[in-house]
Amino acid sequence: MISVRLAAVTALALAPALVSAQDYKFQLTARQGQMAIAGIGASVLGDMAKGKIAYDAAAAEAAAHNIAAIASLNQDGLWPEGSDDMSIDGTRAQPTIWENNADFMSKWESFQTAALSLSDAAGSGVEAMQPALNTLGQACVACHKAHRAPEN
Amino acid sequence: MQRLFIVSAIVAGLFGAGWVLSAGRPLPAAAVAGLSGDPAAGEAVFHAAGCASCHMAPEAEGPARRVLSGGQRFPSPFGTFVAPNISPDPDQGIGGWDLRAFASALKRGVRPDGAHYFPAFPYTTYTRMTLQDVADLKAFMDLLPPDATPSQPHEVAFPFNIRRSLFGWKLLFLDADWVLDAGTNPSLQRGRYLVEAMGHCAECHTSRNILGGIDKARWMAGAPNPAGKGRIPNITPGALDWSEADIAYYLETGFTPDFDSVGGHMAFVVENTALLAPEDRAAIAAYLKALPPLK
Ligand code: HEC
Ligand code: HEC
Ligand code: HEC
Repeated sequence: MISVRLAAVTALALAPALVSAQDYKFQLTARQGQMAIAGIGASVLGDMAKGKIAYDAAAAEAAAHNIAAIASLNQDGLWPEGSDDMSIDGTRAQPTIWENNADFMSKWESFQTAALSLSDAAGSGVEAMQPALNTLGQACVACHKAHRAPEN
Repeated sequence: MQRLFIVSAIVAGLFGAGWVLSAGRPLPAAAVAGLSGDPAAGEAVFHAAGCASCHMAPEAEGPARRVLSGGQRFPSPFGTFVAPNISPDPDQGIGGWDLRAFASALKRGVRPDGAHYFPAFPYTTYTRMTLQDVADLKAFMDLLPPDATPSQPHEVAFPFNIRRSLFGWKLLFLDADWVLDAGTNPSLQRGRYLVEAMGHCAECHTSRNILGGIDKARWMAGAPNPAGKGRIPNITPGALDWSEADIAYYLETGFTPDFDSVGGHMAFVVENTALLAPEDRAAIAAYLKALPPLK
């Protein structure tokens, strides 16, 4: 009897550890995928800024619009509680996102503001675009610094 | 009995001599005589040397990054160091220091009372700075806002907490020689100065031996992260295949060439390098590309 209870208690105690990345497969794919889209846009604009590829107003605007679209996505549902890197594998999202959610959301808002002004500037030449692109970079860095774990 | 007394007297004498010899020596007064600092030039030194990254309050942002009240914690295998207040507050900060005291701290790792600093304060890098840059830096820092937050003690256990023991450590690991032979190329020399005398890139990107000294044979070839998770990457051409333009752009914007943005402690570094002149970022990139490639 005691051993059954013990087993039950042990099972309960272990239960949280049994949550696996599988349970959050879609959320992880979605939130990491949106980052990848933003990253691809930023890389196109970066290559233009560096002179690696020629500046092209239409392509620059398209890339900036994609980033702005990502930054405008409502984040509800993509960051379920318990999907942090201390609880599951397959993510670099730190518990600070939930512990200090107001900070995370305000960093997301700065990202959105930066992405929208980049959208306005991207079609007007490399010089016009550069400051907005730098501000966007700062918005990505600020959030990764605070809320993303280093790569292993 | 008498023998024992003589032996102990000799031991005590040697110990005492060692104790005196192992005190830190500040720079001679003549070294800084006649130097005067230019605060405008000092601002660039301040950013290149990254003083705020360690000495601002934990998680300070925006203008608060210029208030050097200390309090950030740096875990290491020897214990946790806490950055002190180096704002110009005369009581809690370093407002009362003259140029000689300031330069002795940066270039020799010596406190005004002769005690040795722990190398968590990267004076092994700053020892290569020119005295003119040190004077400019001080002139700039004197104008930053004073703050009266008291410095916190380090959490370092015996025997590592004995500052005297750092005398031997400094004999082994404090030297002002350049690591990379930069030849006569001015951009490479500038890059070397920015990296080896100011940016303290090697403090993170190079592994250490068991005494905590930097392993120069593995210069910039990556290291475990002292804060725990992950590794600090190898940035020699043996691992980093980015172009010079990619590196310079990363140091300006934080964007990597592979769709990502910088994170972790490097984000603090990029906040500083973003404020450098474009030629300086290009010089750092040229320096990294000129390093011996290590795997
Ligand atoms: C408000 C916070 C925030 C902002 C702003 C932000 N990121 Fe992220 N980013 C994260 C977090 C958190 C993760 C880790 C997500 C995970 O692993 O579940 C991440 C992950 C990533 C990844 C890795 C995706 C993968 O495949 O694992 C890339 C690339 C990335 N971000 C690029 C960017 C770029 C580029 C920007 C700016 C244009 C940006 N991010 C802005 C929080 C942010
Ligand atoms: C990597 C972090 C780091 C960086 C970068 C750094 N410091 Fe420090 N600094 C420290 C630590 C830790 C100490 C405490 C050392 C000790 O107590 O032995 C310290 C101590 C000092 C002291 C002695 C203060 C006192 O009260 O005795 C001065 C002065 C100082 N730093 C100035 C600077 C300046 C100027 C810069 C930039 C050129 C700088 N530091 C960059 C970590 C850092
Ligand atoms: C406080 C520790 C620290 C210091 C000082 C430091 N770095 Fe880094 N560096 C890192 C970390 C951590 C990363 C990994 C960043 C990440 O995960 O996004 C990194 C990444 C990099 C990268 C990208 C490498 C890659 O493969 O992604 C380059 C280039 C780089 N650092 C150059 C420098 C230079 C140049 C300096 C000196 C001006 C410097 N670092 C100083 C910690 C540091």
